[in-house]
Amino acid sequence: MKHQIKFTVNGDEYSIAVDPWRTLNEVLRDDLNLTGTKLGCGTGDCGACAVMVDGRTVSSCLTLAVSVDGKSVRTVEGLAPSGEELHPVQEAFVKTGAIQCGYCTSGMEMAAVHLLSHNPSPTEKEIRAGLSGHLCRCTGYNQIVEAVSVAAETMRNPNQKR
Amino acid sequence: MRLPKFEYFAPKTLEAALSLVAEQGSAAHVMAGGTDIMVKMIHARLKPASIIALNGIDGLDAIRFNSEDGLTIGATARLVDVASHPDIVKHYPALTAAVLSMANVEVRNMGTVAGNLCNAAPSADSAPPLMVMGAEVTLAGLKGERRIPLNDFFSGPGLTVMDRGEIMTSIHVPPPAARSGASYQRISGRCGVDIAAVGVGVMARFDGEVCQDVRVVLAAVAPVPLRAKETESLLRGKIWTSELIEQGGDQAAEEAKPISDVRASAEWRKKMVAVLTRRTLVEARERALKG
Repeated sequence: MKHQIKFTVNGDEYSIAVDPWRTLNEVLRDDLNLTGTKLGCGTGDCGACAVMVDGRTVSSCLTLAVSVDGKSVRTVEGLAPSGEELHPVQEAFVKTGAIQCGYCTSGMEMAAVHLLSHNPSPTEKEIRAGLSGHLCRCTGYNQIVEAVSVAAETMRNPNQKR
Repeated sequence: MRLPKFEYFAPKTLEAALSLVAEQGSAAHVMAGGTDIMVKMIHARLKPASIIALNGIDGLDAIRFNSEDGLTIGATARLVDVASHPDIVKHYPALTAAVLSMANVEVRNMGTVAGNLCNAAPSADSAPPLMVMGAEVTLAGLKGERRIPLNDFFSGPGLTVMDRGEIMTSIHVPPPAARSGASYQRISGRCGVDIAAVGVGVMARFDGEVCQDVRVVLAAVAPVPLRAKETESLLRGKIWTSELIEQGGDQAAEEAKPISDVRASAEWRKKMVAVLTRRTLVEARERALKG
């Protein structure tokens, strides 16, 4: 039996009927065409599918779509404030060369935004702990860690010219 | 990767959840955070006809502490909220350490302590610290509830003494005794995400320098989290010299019954039991003498 659920994604309201066995990842990608969120391992080990539900990062592959009824979801498509401007985390990823193939990027960025919302000045160790569980098969971890620290600085001093 | 088909129920009250569990029978599966059940379903090791989600039950995620009654963790309290709860950080640092060692940020944002216990993996990180601290779990059924020591909860890998139709509603930990301290440490092949290859929990209470009481629980080296009772007898009633701590590690390794698997060999696991037992003994004593 399909369940009627209401939720928001990046501020847009959706009211859809979903089968209970469908994951949030499937619904975001296949029904809402929000393909910025990736599917990697499908078992919560790789971090590629991370999205925020009510402000907390979760693995969308381990989240049933029915369970986000009434909740607010944020995906990588919702990070940039406008079509013209990137989120400071996204800008830092571009600037530091933290994107290679790009498959882990959306999950990494969601984790980085989540980390910086709790800890605006993380140490390198804290950045690595915050991103732990996010795999980059291109192994570009150093640039990713650097990107988060650059983004942290930008976000702490938003008025300085980047 | 698609999940098998199932019905989904999100009851708003515990009573409704218990009725559903009774009504749906053995093909129903109760879900808290879902991080273990989802993986089992994806791997087709679990094919429930229905999922009964507990997350819609008001108040079941509460975490409460006071110095008389101790700590109560509701079944749907997220791991992240347990690890960061100020009273748990202050009074139960071994539990915070155990929870923070689990999985990754996303899974800790979803998973629960009750789920970790009900999944009953021999490597469950929350089990050793809770067992050494004398935790009890409340199991609710249609006929009422019972409270049992966590020590008696596990009956095998993936198996517990829970009856069909019962739901774990909370975990209760007594207030820490004066001059007591607890520690949990684990080791695995990788620092993140990997489950524990070996984990050790210790709680000890001292009078002056003399250990009055001690509990040692070993994870991932037996079919269930294992009380190392001989180790406890060796350490109880004595001053913990460095020689005795050394012997404690050796004795715990002796009591461990590990297997070799993809994560580690039995031989290595025994050696790590000795190492981690020494480290947790030292840390538990430090915390006890400081407190």
